Amino acid sequence: MHIPDGFLAARVWGPLWIAGAGGLWWALGAAGRALKDRAVPLMGVMAAFIFAAQMLNFPVAGGTSGHLIGGALAAVLLGPACAVAVIAVVLIVQCLVFQDGGLTALGANVVNMAFIGAALAYFIYAAARGSSRERGRILTAAAVAAWCSVVLASAACALQLALSGTSPLRVVLPAMLAVHALIGVGEAVITCLVLSFVLAVRPDLIYEGGRG
Amino acid sequence: MDRRTVLAGLAVSMVLAVFLSPFASPRPDGLERVAEDKGFLHRGEGEPALAAPVPDYAMPGVGREGLATAAAGALGTLLTFAAAAGVAAIAKRRP
Repeated sequence: MHIPDGFLAARVWGPLWIAGAGGLWWALGAAGRALKDRAVPLMGVMAAFIFAAQMLNFPVAGGTSGHLIGGALAAVLLGPACAVAVIAVVLIVQCLVFQDGGLTALGANVVNMAFIGAALAYFIYAAARGSSRERGRILTAAAVAAWCSVVLASAACALQLALSGTSPLRVVLPAMLAVHALIGVGEAVITCLVLSFVLAVRPDLIYEGGRG
Repeated sequence: MDRRTVLAGLAVSMVLAVFLSPFASPRPDGLERVAEDKGFLHRGEGEPALAAPVPDYAMPGVGREGLATAAAGALGTLLTFAAAAGVAAIAKRRP
């Protein structure tokens, strides 16, 4: 879902750059406080894993592929602020080094995949999980959050394309929702597979609110 | 975070990026598919705002496509690890 240069008008990507940078500044502050008793290398491992997993496009229907965004996964393991920082770092490296996602669209991509893909995913997950510590409930909540995060990010992307005059909303929104409803299933499945593994070997790595 | 977990996590990431990435689906992703179907793909095909050193996850100068992808995967895995750990270290130190 990485938007390249040229898809968005300056009046859309400009404000999104400011929103992305401002939001990231907040997230880094909150991450710094949350990191107090969490080791720094976990952030690096999470970013490396998500970068690698994002390279693995899986086929979906209609000659299309999708790949993990990893926002929900990062949010379940790291909490919202650290997850935003990790996804943003991945997006910045992908943009600057691999030309995946345009530099002008970087703010939009951070808003869509870090803020909607990770932070909003966290709140969906937290609401669905409640205070349960049951494995099935955690996985179900993560799956719901993963699917919703992809579909909501694709809706935001469609809205940005429409506001840019790239494609009318009535055309681009249903198209984006339809294909990402499928890709979101892949996101949910991969998120659950990875979390099942983590719950089996290191359940203490799951983020538990106040613990930080 | 103990060293074993970090090394294991990095090793798994490296295996995915180096050995599995050459087998990823080459089909267009969701946004590319929609752009193609709805006739705005060409808007994204101009000069990028910034010419990146390793465009499209293919290491320049590596002839075989699979190897070029694997090398790009290895580079990106290490870079994202270092960048995120660096950002986390700085964020933690900031008052």
